[in-house]
Formats: sequence, C-alpha cells, structure tokens
Amino acid sequence: MAGGALGLRLLLLAALCGVAAALWPWPRSVQGSPRRYCLGPAAFAFRHHAGSAAQPGCDVLDAAFARYRRLLFGAGPWPPPSLSGQHHESKDMLVVTVATAECNEFPTLESLENYTLTIDDDQCLLTADTIWGALRGLETFSQLVWTSAEGTFFINKTTIEDFPRFPHRGLLLDTSRHYLPLSSILDTLDVMAYNKLNVFHWHLVDDPSFPYDSITFPELARKGSYNPVTHIYTAQDVKEIIEYARLRGIRVLAEFDTPGHTLSWGPGIPGLLTPCYSGSRPSGDFGPVNPILNSTYEFMSLFFLEISSVFPDFYLHLGGDEVDFTCWKSNPDIQAFMKKRGFDDFRQLESFYIQMLLDIISAYNKGYVVWQEVFDNKVKVRPDTIVQVWREEKPVTYMQEVELVTKAGFRALLSAPWYLNRITYGPDWKAMYNVEPLDFEGSPEQKALVIGGEACMWGEWVDSTNLVPRLWPRGGAVAERLWSSNLTTDLDFAYKRLSHFRCELLRRGVQAEPIGVGYCEQEFEET
Amino acid sequence: MEPRALGPPGLLALGVLGSLLALGAQAQLAAAGPEPALWPLPRAVQMSPRLLQLAPANFSIGHGPNSTAGPSCSLLQEAFRRYNEYIFGSYKMHQDLAKFQVGTQLQQLLVTIILESECNSFPSMSSDESYTLTVREPVASLKANKVWGALRGLETFSQLIYQDSYGTFTINEANIIDSPRFPHRGILIDTSRHYLPVKNILKTLDAMAFNKFNVLHWHIVDDQSFPYQSITFPELSNKGSYTLSHVYTPNDVSKVIEYARLRGIRVIPEFDTPGHTQSWGKGQKDLLTPCYKGQKQADSVGPINPMLNTTYTFLTMFFKEISKVFPDQLIHLGGDEVEFDCWASNPNIQNFMKKKGFGQDFTKLESFYVQKLLDIIASMNKGSIVWQEVFDNNNELQPGTIIQVWKLERYASELSQVTASGFPAILSAPWYLDLISYGEDWRKYYLVEPLNFQGSDKQKKLVLGGEACLWGEYVDATNLTPRLWPRASAVGERLWSDKTVRDLLGAYDRLSRHRCRMLRRGISAQPLFVGFCD
Repeated sequence: MAGGALGLRLLLLAALCGVAAALWPWPRSVQGSPRRYCLGPAAFAFRHHAGSAAQPGCDVLDAAFARYRRLLFGAGPWPPPSLSGQHHESKDMLVVTVATAECNEFPTLESLENYTLTIDDDQCLLTADTIWGALRGLETFSQLVWTSAEGTFFINKTTIEDFPRFPHRGLLLDTSRHYLPLSSILDTLDVMAYNKLNVFHWHLVDDPSFPYDSITFPELARKGSYNPVTHIYTAQDVKEIIEYARLRGIRVLAEFDTPGHTLSWGPGIPGLLTPCYSGSRPSGDFGPVNPILNSTYEFMSLFFLEISSVFPDFYLHLGGDEVDFTCWKSNPDIQAFMKKRGFDDFRQLESFYIQMLLDIISAYNKGYVVWQEVFDNKVKVRPDTIVQVWREEKPVTYMQEVELVTKAGFRALLSAPWYLNRITYGPDWKAMYNVEPLDFEGSPEQKALVIGGEACMWGEWVDSTNLVPRLWPRGGAVAERLWSSNLTTDLDFAYKRLSHFRCELLRRGVQAEPIGVGYCEQEFEET
Repeated sequence: MEPRALGPPGLLALGVLGSLLALGAQAQLAAAGPEPALWPLPRAVQMSPRLLQLAPANFSIGHGPNSTAGPSCSLLQEAFRRYNEYIFGSYKMHQDLAKFQVGTQLQQLLVTIILESECNSFPSMSSDESYTLTVREPVASLKANKVWGALRGLETFSQLIYQDSYGTFTINEANIIDSPRFPHRGILIDTSRHYLPVKNILKTLDAMAFNKFNVLHWHIVDDQSFPYQSITFPELSNKGSYTLSHVYTPNDVSKVIEYARLRGIRVIPEFDTPGHTQSWGKGQKDLLTPCYKGQKQADSVGPINPMLNTTYTFLTMFFKEISKVFPDQLIHLGGDEVEFDCWASNPNIQNFMKKKGFGQDFTKLESFYVQKLLDIIASMNKGSIVWQEVFDNNNELQPGTIIQVWKLERYASELSQVTASGFPAILSAPWYLDLISYGEDWRKYYLVEPLNFQGSDKQKKLVLGGEACLWGEYVDATNLTPRLWPRASAVGERLWSDKTVRDLLGAYDRLSRHRCRMLRRGISAQPLFVGFCD
C-alpha cells in the first residue's frame, strides 16, 4: 500500500507544520517546518521581483495581488502588532518573479502552471515560468497563511514545488436547462481558481433554452431564451466572463452542441431543424439540425464565425452527443437524401453533418472538442480532435473508452465518473476522488494523450438556488485528482484537508456544503 | 453528455423521462399563463371566472367589524403587514392609483375571528386551523374560529393573487372552505450534527408557514454537540457545544418560539436520551455510563447511566427548565438507537440488572429508564413524544404517549401495531429528506398515504400526522434551504390536503409555481425540473 504509506507521511508532515493541512489540491512537494513568521496585515504587500519579466502594470498579477490581499486579511481593521509575548520574525512581502509575462494574453492548453514557493529566513519568494503559474502559487501561498487564536497571521517556513498532473482541469456548467445569473458564473470562476481548476466548459445552449445573445442572429435568443430580457447572456456579459476567467488563469471553452440538443435553436432560425413526419405529413415537431440543406451550413458558417471571434480560446466544443434518429427517419426528404448519397445508416448522415461542421470550424483556425459519440460513430475527424468521454458503461466502460480513443491517437478528456449533478446520500466525493484517470491498458504514448478531465454540473435540477453547495467542495475532489500526483490518494488525509478547505471556502464567502459532521469557525449565514 | 443515458438501465426509463420532459414544457406554458397556484390545495375551492384587480396603494387587510380580535392582536397585525409585503413586494412603491373599471376592484380583505381569538396563546395540537375565504368585489372576507385559521387563510389569500401579463394584481372571485387533514404537520431540523444559525431557523419557519406546516421539531442536541444553553446547567453547552459561538442562548430560543407562534407554528424540542447523549457527558459529570474493557474502566462512555439516583435528580431539574422554556404541551424524549454494549460491559450495571431481575435483557433496563423519565415529564404536566423503539421495547407505557414511526422497513405495520395498542402516532419514516437521490424524489414523498395500513377507523384517528425530517449529518446552513424546499412541500400537501388530492401532473404544475413564489419571498427553493422563474 504505497499510497497508504505516503498518506501517513503526509499526515505526519501536516501535523508537523500544523497548517499544511489546509492545502488543497495537495502540491507535488511540500517541505514544512514548525518555524513560523508573522505577517502584519497593514504592512504586508505582494511585490514584483526586480528581475521578473512582469512588472507593475501586468494586470493579471496586479489584480491577483489585490485579490489575495483581501482574501488573506480582509478589509481590516487589523489588531495592532503585538509587542509583548513571543517575538516572531515577521515577513512583510511576498516577492513574485516570472520568466515570461503574457500579461495581455489568454491562458491556453499549453500554458505552464508550475511554480516554486520558498518561505524561509532569507526570503519569501514565489517563482514561476509564467504568470499562470504565479496565480497558482499565490493561491497556495494564501492557503498557507493561518491565524492564531489572538488573530495574528502566521506562515510557517515552507518550500513548495508544484505543477499540475494534467493541463486540462475543467468544470462544466449548463446554462440552458436553467439560466444561471452572471454573478453565479463569476463566483464559480473564483472558486475554480481556489481549486486550481483552469477550464470553464460553458454548455451555453441546449434543447430547453438559448440564452446566448448572438450578434449575427439576435432572433436565436429573442425567440429561444426563457426570457429575452432577463434570461440571456449579452455580448457584454460574455466578455466579462471571459476576462474574469482570464484574470484567474481560466480558459473559457464554449459549447454549442449540434446536431442534437438544439430544439431551442428552432424558433429563431426557421428551417434549421428537421421537420418530423407523422406518416406522410409533417407532425409539427422538430428533430436535430437538418443536415441536407445548404442553408444549414450557410447558417453554421456565419454563426461559428461569430463564436470563433467572441471566444478567444483555441478550442470550441461542438457537442455531437445523443443524436436521436427517429425524426430523421420519419422525414421523406432526408430518406431521399440518404438514398442519393448511398447511406444506409443514420450514423453516416450524422457523420456527414459533423464533417461539414468540422471543416467550417477548421477554416476558422480553431480546434475542437466533441463528445464521445462522434468518435463512437466513426466520424472522420482531424487527428488533433479532443474526445470527451462521458458515458459510464456504454458502449464500453469509460476506462475502455479512454483506451480506445487514445489507441486511435486522439486526445481524451474524462468526465464520465465526475457528474456532480448526480447526487447520492453521504460522502460521494470519495468515489470521485478515488478515480484514477490513467487506469487503463495502454502504452505510455496513449496515457500521454489523456489531457485531463472535467467535473460536470448538468442543469436539469440545478439553478442558482442549489448550484454552489452542490458544486463545492465535491468539485474539489476532482480538482485534486487532476492537479496532484497520482500517489496522492489517501482518503483520511484528503478528508482532513477537504474539511479544512471547505471551512476556508466558507470564510471566503462560498456556500460550500459539509462533508461530514462538525463545524467551521465561521458558518454560512443567509443574507 | 447529459444524464439521460446515465442512470442504471431501467431506472430512468426513457419513457418516464420523455413524459417528464413533456411535463417540463407544460410547466413553462403554465408559468406563462397567469393563474393562481394553491399549495397545499384547500379542501373546497370554487373559482369564478370573474376577475378583480388590486391596487397596491388602495388595498388593505383589516379586522372585520364583528371580529373578536382587533388592532390589539399583534399576531394578526404582524401577519397583515407580512402578507401585504408577500403579495405586493416592491410594487408597493408604486403609489400611482391605478384606474380600474368600476365594480372590478378588490379594496379590502376583512379578517373576522369568530370565537375566542387565542391571540396571545400558543398553538397546540388541538388548535382550530379551519377558515373560510370569500372573495367578492369590493371586499373579501376571511372567517376563522381562531387566529390560527386566519393565518392559514391569509396564506391562501396571498396565493390567490397573481399578476396578469400587464403586471396588474389580479384575483378571481372565489369561495374557499379549508381545514387540515392532520393536526400535526412537522419539519425536523437537527442542530447538533451541524449548528444552524438562528437566522436560518427563522427563515425555515417562514417557509413552513408558506406550506401550512405547524410544528418545528427541534432536534436540538445529540452526540456531536450540545448547543442548547441551559440556565440550570450552563456547563452542558460550555463544554458540549462545538464552540462558544455555536450555542442557542435563552434569548435565541425565545426568539425562535415567538417567531414560530406568530406563524401558528409550535416548537417541540427534542432532548434525546438515554442514547445519542455523548455531548451531554462533557458538561455533566457521571451522567453517562463508563464503559469497561475487561475489568478496567475504558476511556469511553455510553448512554446515560440509568442506575444512579443522581441521574434522575439531574433529569428532573433539567426537564423542569425545559418544560418552562418551551411552552408547548409536548416534549420529545427521543429514546432511539440505544446501544447496549457499554451497559453490558459495566459490572455495576450488571449487578443492578441482577438485583432488578432483568437478566441479560437490556431492553428492560432501557424501559426502566424510560418509565422513570416519562413519570418525571408527566409530573410536570407535559406530554411526551418518543421514537418508535420505546414502543417496540416496552410492554407498558403511559397511555397517551405519542409514538413517532421512523424506520422505513414495514412502517405501515408499525403504525398498525402502535395504533392497535391505543397509542397516537406520528409518521416520518417515508419522509427522511436528508436521504437525497438524483431526480424528482418529491413524487415519492407525495404519493405516501399515511393511513394506508391495516386498522380500524378508531386506529386511523390515532394518526396525528407526520414530519419531514432533515437530519444534519450532511446538512448545514449552506444547503439546508434548497434541500428542504420544495421537497418538504410535497409532505406539506400530503398532511394538509384531502386524501384524494394525489394527481401528480397537477401537483407538478402547482408546485413548480409555488416554488417560484417561495423564491420571490426569499426562500432559495431548488428547481423541480428544467425551466425558469420570473
């Protein structure tokens, strides 16, 4: 039981320095010490190292400095530095140095997030290759600071070297089944940063509603949203979300799922969806996007031209899951098209559509992520396509699916075991925590193709009333699995830290639910 | 990527989900078409198509001329103000007098209490909650025997009013005659596994009133912590609470009781003994049984020590305080899940058992304890509620002791046995809301029929009602409200409305809109399914 032994060591270490128990997700290497320094909230400052590539004016870091000052010390007033009693050496700044400064850029799948944190007699230093790594280090630094019973802030002598295990660590929110107010999304981005998650997978639209306010096709939201005034995301909202995410080192991966899951697109774009037939007559119902019309592809070209420029990330998520063939089957025009093309299987028609769509997206110099059905149905896709594995058991177990996807040379994202919307009684975070994403038969090259995973919060039964307690700290279990070493698996150690971390989330104003009996110094109070 | 195909095959059959989707679509349409959504459904509702309008600045709720209650009845005064706020919300700000057609405006609701009002009393099991409501131009009339019925009627009245598509407050002319099916309709909260701030408890009381619940079963202490600050034994919470700020002071408790009273809600405290008492031991020396390991005393303690006189002296003093602090006629004494291992390990207990002739039957020892406790409570002129084990393990119990049935297995036959023995019963077994599952579990709570057990009419009359229980192992202030509402609302209607009100489709539609109304009133009730609220 190597994991157990390691866990025990970590526990001892956590006990030794007392406060490292607060770290979540657990860093690659932590060296703690009982030696401690006090921090004076009034004087304390984050500073750019003179030799750092980033200097004042680097908004990502400047904003992060302000954020973490507030998270650490609040707005004050602070107790005056105690003159009596034990004398502690104090630290009045954390110096930050980065090798490259992409201050005005967006984080990418390739962004480096490693950092080193050194707190000792000589220095209080955060070193990182990139500003994105510095953001992760600032979070870790903030988790190391603790408060004594008298209210004095302390940090222990510590050295941490850290980097993520997987580059894609995502969280999916679904704003179609229920609309989520802008503030819910922004708050979620904050908590993602606390968990070192770095991709916000925004499942913007689906059958029930189309809240994305398109500039090119305003009718989509006007006719397809729950309420075209209050239940939409304007261009300004989208911009704000993207920038808020960028400042926290988080990518926004927008999903516009087609050809299925598109009922809400229909009212705004007449002719886009397939008319279903009942016998020889249209039934009045609609099915997936109509793949046989040129107008469909003209629309998609224009629509995704807008999407490609609105969302700066290199990747778009194109969906492609759960296409229901019954409507296509019922439609005589579709039947005729199938015959003409020589298709005898509706999966071929689906492939036809998806390939046309992928060609459109490729032309905009975007990469794409698709749900696993696109792979399962043998759609011909570019070799750099990312396949997201979401089905637990069928057609094969999710680990077998990852094996197949990577064997075919595609990169894979895992979310099957991490559907946070599926709730059960008790500490279900443990099952999510115990998942090992690389636990499949495959070559080292195959394993390297697993770029990470996502926790998914589908919205059938979730809106802003229950989103936060359902997300946190359960989503944290996934976050640690994707960030920390594959050896960080001890459940007792995780339970202690996650309980502690959830109290820290409460302290930061996040409505994170309990994972067992007990209390936090600061409980959540409804306003 | 979405959960449709995720469930175990067969569990979430496509057919079922298809119909759910259809429901969702329907609910959206329904939500768009303005009409009142009554929850829980009253006994008799006659709605006329004739519409009346209300102008926020020109509408008031007042006392009827023949009412036994008047402006000195602060319970009603407060309720009038509250319901005015619930009905009009921020629209009250618009002072411009709307011009309505003559003869279509509702200007007043007059509330008439017919018998002695009980304005300054506490509600009880026998409180009369019936009312009749007549909405006619220009003045609506709410009549009730007691203030308790008036509170229920005000809630119904507020649910009748909706805004039409122009934003005008509208009500149909209507006649409603209503009374509850069961007198005991409770919510259990657990403040020991996790502490709940007082604010949260008050908010829960608000939501309870929206759903016509009338009992807050306050499971205030348990193994994990003792947040109740006792005047007589302050060490109990000083040592037994999580921290000194995780306590309910006498002031907090009286605030909760009064807030509840103003909403026609009883507060029944539970002090569960002799098990579930680990937290009591910290502040009260020698109360708990020392456990033994072989010949030696171990470090651990077990249930309350039933063989010491000091135990009963303590309990007498403690419950004397409790019976004063909590005005309700009933106290919940717990009595569930007593573990016998520790008692069995203790040689002194063994000797006591021998002396009493209990043999090795520890249920007899438990009975011995419970009998003594019930006598203490009876001497204070209070009635007792106990969990079902007390009935299961006892041959003789004081008549009138109320048995709460909580074990899911064979709960119908338990109800049958309890009532056959002549004891009143409260049902909560099928309504453990802390046991969450994916999807629309409210349906299963809704479809429970409490009287569906073998027994005579006389037996059925002994079922006083039920409780939705939200145990606190995984619940605190962060998730309490969305976990309770609207799932508990399903139980609320089952306990209030007629037995025949069981149509799931209609319930879904009304409950969806009821949850949106709760949202408007500041209760973060979670969604029933896909859709939205204004």
